[in-house]
Amino acid sequence: MFKDKVIELKHQLIQDASLVEEMIAKSIKGLLDGKEEMLLEVMNTEEPKVNDYDRAIDELCVQLIAQYEPVARDLRMVIMMIKMNKDLERMADHAVNISESSLFLITHPVLGHYDDLKLMGENAVRMLKDGINAFVNEDVHLAMSVRERDNVVDDAGDKILKDLTELMRTKKDSIPRCLQLMRIAHNLERIADLSTNIAEEVIYIVEGRDVKHHPNVNP
Amino acid sequence: MQIYTPKPSQAPTQPLKKEDSFQDIQIQVKNLNFFYGPRLSLKNICIGIPSRCVVALIGPSGCGKSTLIRTFNRMNDLIPGTRMEGEILVEGANIYTKETDVVALRREVGMVFQKSTPFPKTIYENVAYGLRLIGISDKKVLNLIVEKCLRRAALWDEVKDHLNRSALSLSGGQQQRLCIARALAVEPKIILMDEPCSALDPIATSRIEELIDSLKSEYTIVVVTHNMQQAARVSDKTAFIMQGELVEFNTTSIFFTKPSNKVTEDYITGRFG
Repeated sequence: MFKDKVIELKHQLIQDASLVEEMIAKSIKGLLDGKEEMLLEVMNTEEPKVNDYDRAIDELCVQLIAQYEPVARDLRMVIMMIKMNKDLERMADHAVNISESSLFLITHPVLGHYDDLKLMGENAVRMLKDGINAFVNEDVHLAMSVRERDNVVDDAGDKILKDLTELMRTKKDSIPRCLQLMRIAHNLERIADLSTNIAEEVIYIVEGRDVKHHPNVNP
Repeated sequence: MQIYTPKPSQAPTQPLKKEDSFQDIQIQVKNLNFFYGPRLSLKNICIGIPSRCVVALIGPSGCGKSTLIRTFNRMNDLIPGTRMEGEILVEGANIYTKETDVVALRREVGMVFQKSTPFPKTIYENVAYGLRLIGISDKKVLNLIVEKCLRRAALWDEVKDHLNRSALSLSGGQQQRLCIARALAVEPKIILMDEPCSALDPIATSRIEELIDSLKSEYTIVVVTHNMQQAARVSDKTAFIMQGELVEFNTTSIFFTKPSNKVTEDYITGRFG
């Protein structure tokens, strides 16, 4: 009954998260390898699938609340899955933004800074993966570690912003490409923020503890 | 030790703020053990019911929640072979002394039962009954109080044109509200409700729940319910009783989102019970 439906819901959320992980990775790999078809796949094929998951998961959550009136941990679980679903849907939108910028960049001369973006992308994907693993295994320590890693991505983003600002000052014709690179960095930062949200939602499910907006929270 | 003597009813002109009212314990249960014959039904219960708030008692069938609520106005005295240990203080006075005026106590601590129990009399006489018992016979006074109580119980508009009809002609939900009006007539401070909605349809249940909400600014209400969502909707604090023991007593919003006891969590999420 309720338990079976929660298992089904978790299953859908995990599949959704795997697809979003793949989209983020592809949006960066498409840039690095110059693969247009990979970027178009993210935009035209995969993003609509995430939207389908979004609708299906929302509907299932509403049904669960209406039919079973969950309380305590069950309630926390359903409410947080609604939020995670929204987080994943937003991440997919960010992957599409990255793909759009990457499509522009692969048709122009390479400007550098791809290593920094690659690192940011890998960290952001790792954070999402670990956030979802923390959800599956109800692992509060892993969720905490995801929170802590948000700063690493933010710092990398700040560095890229600083470098590109300097580059734009000295090399005017690089401005259009720099703006696209900055857009990618910004979207990766947002993906890391949303992964942090997922980690915080896991902590709330497991412990009933709201750690949002509290930077210094002990495990 | 104080001896229970009812104090004049002092209906507040304004509802107290919630945080204020929670500081004022109206029913204090201390180390209560209750026995049906040799069987220990309630075990070392300690609980403080705050003034002017709604407390829900939940737990599986036979856990002792009805027994507990019935100790608050000594209704269990009517059951042969029962006995209790410990103390129950209502407004600081022990209600289990030889000197306790049990009739006066039950006027202060009114009760509404699972099945509505109107007297086979008119609607008017049902509400006026308790007033006549305490010596009020002036028709004008009776009329005023009957109207006030029927209004308070959200029944006036439905019955004002046929107060002389039999109470038994009312629907189940109306009968239950009539019983609440009857309890209010003698100006209690505390109202005990033992599964007041279990025989009612969802609409009648909703009317009773709205009524509970409107009454809590003036009365302390203790509700026994099997319906956990009802407890979540109507109460400020919830107590969970299991096999005669008080497992958890917590603010309702916390109780149903982050219960502090694993057994509570398992019960309210349907893992057992």
